Amino acid sequence: MKRINVFAGMFSGKALSLVCSVGLALAVPALSSAAEGGKLQEAHVDVTNTASLQRGARNFVNYCMGCHSLRYVRYNRLAADLGLSEAQVIQNLMFTGERPSDTMKIAMRSDDAKRWFGTTPPDLSLIARARGANYLYSFLKSFYVDPTRPTGVNNLVMPNTAMPHILWELQGYQKAVYEGESDAEHSAVRKTFKEFELADKGKLSPAEYDQFVRDTVNFLTYVGEPMQIERRNLGMRVLVFLLVFFLFAYFLKKEYWKDVK
Amino acid sequence: MSSTMQGARPSRLSALQGWIDQRFPMTRLWKEHVSEYYAPKNFNFWYYFGSLALVVLVLQIVTGIFLTMNYKPSAADAFASVEYIMRDVEWGWLIRYMHSTGASAFFIVVYLHMFRGLMYGSHKTPRELVWLFGMLIYLCLMAEAFFGYLLPWGNMSYWGAQVIVSLFGAIPGIGESLVEWIRGDYYISDITLNRFFALHVIALPIALIFLVIAHILALHEVGSNNPDGVEIKKLKGPDGHPVDGIPFHPYYTVKDLVGFIVFAALFSCVVFFAPEMGGYFLEHANFDAADALRTPEHIAPVWYFTPFYAILRAVPNKLLGVALMGGAVVALFFVPWLDRSKVKSVRYRGWLYRSFLIAFAISFVGLGYLGMQPPTTAYTNAARILGAVYFAFFILMPWYTKADQTKPVPDRVTYEAH
Repeated sequence: MKRINVFAGMFSGKALSLVCSVGLALAVPALSSAAEGGKLQEAHVDVTNTASLQRGARNFVNYCMGCHSLRYVRYNRLAADLGLSEAQVIQNLMFTGERPSDTMKIAMRSDDAKRWFGTTPPDLSLIARARGANYLYSFLKSFYVDPTRPTGVNNLVMPNTAMPHILWELQGYQKAVYEGESDAEHSAVRKTFKEFELADKGKLSPAEYDQFVRDTVNFLTYVGEPMQIERRNLGMRVLVFLLVFFLFAYFLKKEYWKDVK
Repeated sequence: MSSTMQGARPSRLSALQGWIDQRFPMTRLWKEHVSEYYAPKNFNFWYYFGSLALVVLVLQIVTGIFLTMNYKPSAADAFASVEYIMRDVEWGWLIRYMHSTGASAFFIVVYLHMFRGLMYGSHKTPRELVWLFGMLIYLCLMAEAFFGYLLPWGNMSYWGAQVIVSLFGAIPGIGESLVEWIRGDYYISDITLNRFFALHVIALPIALIFLVIAHILALHEVGSNNPDGVEIKKLKGPDGHPVDGIPFHPYYTVKDLVGFIVFAALFSCVVFFAPEMGGYFLEHANFDAADALRTPEHIAPVWYFTPFYAILRAVPNKLLGVALMGGAVVALFFVPWLDRSKVKSVRYRGWLYRSFLIAFAISFVGLGYLGMQPPTTAYTNAARILGAVYFAFFILMPWYTKADQTKPVPDRVTYEAH
């Protein structure tokens, strides 16, 4: 967020002052805690793990899809890619009378969402490609109690997020533990984040929760680019073909060039 | 049908050929430009990139045609139509990745092709027009890439276009109205997307094709240069062909085929295993749809523009920055007349030209790197130094190419049969 004002000194004009002002608006809340975020955790997702993708799909439909759509994903594509029958998908993932060829839309209206949360929860079809699996994994593990926020929680990876801690029931509530002196006036700047401490236990153990988040993020990674396994498989075959083609072409070239003295 | 006379009569195929040749110079063109175009026999690695650029052009046109069949050039539908291509169109993902990777591949190939020219003096007499047509191709290619980059209507597309179009606002007097005229609106909008689409799929491809034809015609008029910078036409054999020349077909068609396969393998590695190329070919922020109220964290153009972008940022004054950025491209047009050396190839030039050429290459790559980074003070200063090196290459060229200690150029090309 700090990089946003790249252009501040260089361009004038209406458009660019818009860039800068919007940039600043976004940057200001982030500045105090950007340093606290630390490194993202490794998600270790594996889109070839179909069982994990199936669990992830279930998690997504049950916990995320109240607010987040996957507007580019079709249920029947999901069935085919996740090794499920359409009947299984209808039974386990479709609850509101859609057809299998429908995309995964939600009923919540954008206007309502804006009134309730202050912002529209984004469609998550491409979130894994925009942010990366590690970001999503760390984000879902980084909610902590913060009474100053309207939702009662804040997030270390995306400070002041409008999103409530939807998974509190599973994870429980964690507190952020800080290091360093606390200065009453500039507390947010001086202290550095050390670790999370589980204040209220949830239904899942920390290891189970990690797996839950990993499956969900794995599913979102698949959703970002559903053809990625097919892409890699085809790539291997193309490379093998090109290798064989290369040998023929190389010796053909050698044969012709024998005459060139 | 009598078959007994077939040996004596021309076959049907050659009869057809004769029929066409009486009406259209098919055989003549084939001979002039392919089977009897005599190219120097000593082409090395650097000479693959010309034919590869042609291959990539064809690839971009063909994949582009298929993308156009499903892409919707409207602000409301563009982003979704790209995802439709990626998910629902049969083989759409492959066509789209080939097109997006092809854009970067085009610039890689063209930059290497241009560097080859500078190395072996391919811009020097009598090939000035070959160089100029090539430079016009490069300009069109930059415009083509810029217009095409808006089409996915991602957030980086949007803000990248916003920033680059606003550069024209630096022009005194007419700047602001010019920017409005380009956008067709007060901000980058549906109208802008529509006209960029028209320019990307019709205007610039046509210009590119004509310029490529002119580039090749001009080249074939004077003949190809080579790593020795020897004019092979000066020494002809009893058959009237250059003794150091070989017919383009089959010798270079078969050789370029090998080069093409190697290129295709590298290209496939990107398309199939790293289509985003770590965010350099497809930027992460572009997977968010265009949003006029939310800037990406760090706006930077795609890698092939970053050397010029770094120059722009290195200058504190906006107008001067834009002028220098433009100058960095325009300077290349003048190389044929800035280069005063008696010899063409770097093989027979002295340490002066070699040093300047290496420094130039380093400055270009270095500026490219810096253009992708957020501008810290240290980076900006580095960009100033490298920018000075970049321009020194051109400004001092008349001096150092003349002062350089050149070596005698042999009469024949150096070639070891293998």
